[in-house]
Amino acid sequence: MKAGSNLERVLEAGHFAVTAECGPPRGADPDVVLQKADLVKGNVDACNVTDNQTSVVRMSSVAGCMLVKESGTEPLLQMVVRDRNRIALQSDLLGASALGVRNLLCLSGDHQKFGDDPQAKNVFDIDSIQLIHLVKTMRDEGVFPSGDKLEGSPKFYIGCAINPFADPFEIRVPRFKLKIDAGADFVQTQCIYNMDKFKRFMDEARKEGLHEKTKILAGVTPLKSAGMAKFMNRMVAGIEIPEEFIKRIADEPKEKQAAKGIEMCIEQIQEIKEMEGIAGVHVMAIEWEEKLNEIIGGAGLLPRPMVEQ
Amino acid sequence: MITGTPKPIEEILEMLEPYDNIIVAGCFGCVTVCRVGGDKEVQVLSSTLRLAREAAGRKIEIKEVCLERQCDPEYLEPMRPYIEDYQAVLSIACGAGIQFMAEKFTKSPLLPGINTGFLGVTERQGEWTERCQGCGDCVLHLTGGICPVTRCAKSIFHGPCGGSVQGTCEVDKDVKCGWQLIIDRLVTLDQMDNYGKLKPYKGWDSSRDGGPRRIIREDMV
Repeated sequence: MKAGSNLERVLEAGHFAVTAECGPPRGADPDVVLQKADLVKGNVDACNVTDNQTSVVRMSSVAGCMLVKESGTEPLLQMVVRDRNRIALQSDLLGASALGVRNLLCLSGDHQKFGDDPQAKNVFDIDSIQLIHLVKTMRDEGVFPSGDKLEGSPKFYIGCAINPFADPFEIRVPRFKLKIDAGADFVQTQCIYNMDKFKRFMDEARKEGLHEKTKILAGVTPLKSAGMAKFMNRMVAGIEIPEEFIKRIADEPKEKQAAKGIEMCIEQIQEIKEMEGIAGVHVMAIEWEEKLNEIIGGAGLLPRPMVEQ
Repeated sequence: MITGTPKPIEEILEMLEPYDNIIVAGCFGCVTVCRVGGDKEVQVLSSTLRLAREAAGRKIEIKEVCLERQCDPEYLEPMRPYIEDYQAVLSIACGAGIQFMAEKFTKSPLLPGINTGFLGVTERQGEWTERCQGCGDCVLHLTGGICPVTRCAKSIFHGPCGGSVQGTCEVDKDVKCGWQLIIDRLVTLDQMDNYGKLKPYKGWDSSRDGGPRRIIREDMV
């Protein structure tokens, strides 16, 4: 075991893993996180806590992780390189590990232009792939990147994100390979709607044997309405929702669109489950955590396995 | 070249509020090439300021000069005999030129007439784009001649990030994704091997992060 997290144990035991995410609030109220964590509890093997996603200021992801952990779910710390130089990254990693966080997702972070402080200075001292390398060095070699010995290595199961749909498509597998070379133990993908394109991506990844070198968790996001689908298609870089996918929801009367979205999400998970090389699913039910149980249960993934330490 | 943009005339007039006789100083270097601080711009700006001040009922006397370069001491020296006859200097050179003049003529207030931009190129008449951040450690031989530090909005070394859409950067639809450009060039040059290698963390100490920089060429000193 590299970090001994629950997520790592579930994946290493060969179970199909389930993760979800909690976005911390735009304020200091811990109850917002605790309420979301309650909805997540029992449905997942670990829960991501996002790090100022879309550059909108929120409660820190390390603090969010502690609240999720307190409420009985294993947290997965998201960390972006947008806001921290290598000094802050190392320091926060040591702190999070000391507090018992055992899963980490290394990300670039959305450009600050999209948040509420577009005039902020960005950092990007190292990039997300170099962050993977940095964490692996600290964990496995017990040293800082500077070479100095650590007083206790941070223990993280190291993850990264991949977007199988971002341009240019032909670079997606080579870039995925770079992340594995850097030391990624698992990956979570951007939300998938275009299953054909995702299958093509997985064909390429399998040709390189990447599914054997890392655990791939496929990302899904249930759609609440046809309007949400159209908005995401238009506004979110790297998200592609095929017309026929949107049409299936749009054909429903408004009050039934949410139920259709959940039904389609369950269908997708079932299809993903059968794909060779997929080790789990990452369900991003954005501000819809109350539906996690229905989705994950509906996909036949409950109860979650208990794997002894 | 170093590029720049003129400051709004209202902002300049506000800076000039305390003064009645000034020098407007241009530069025949980069700012002439990008048409923001040369001889012609000195004349146009001076005329505009005279008219505006006259309309406001407070005439201003302006001496117009354009130096070969404001960033070299020998070209600044000719101003020494008369500079203190004027209350201030409005310079439309780049930030380096303005500061150098301020250092050499310590008793004269220096006012910036332009906002200095970036190290860039002329795309076409009236359009300039950035190419270099002067980071002090060039890797262009590995990236197809396209700079990831400057051309990528996140300055990442293993791009593109998820925000690259059909060759454009998510930050601005008119900005090309630097990493798409790099990859296209590497493919053309048959150098995609360079892409697949992990790159060491960049040493930003050779960039501005290491503090104000200095170059000493022993062979020339």
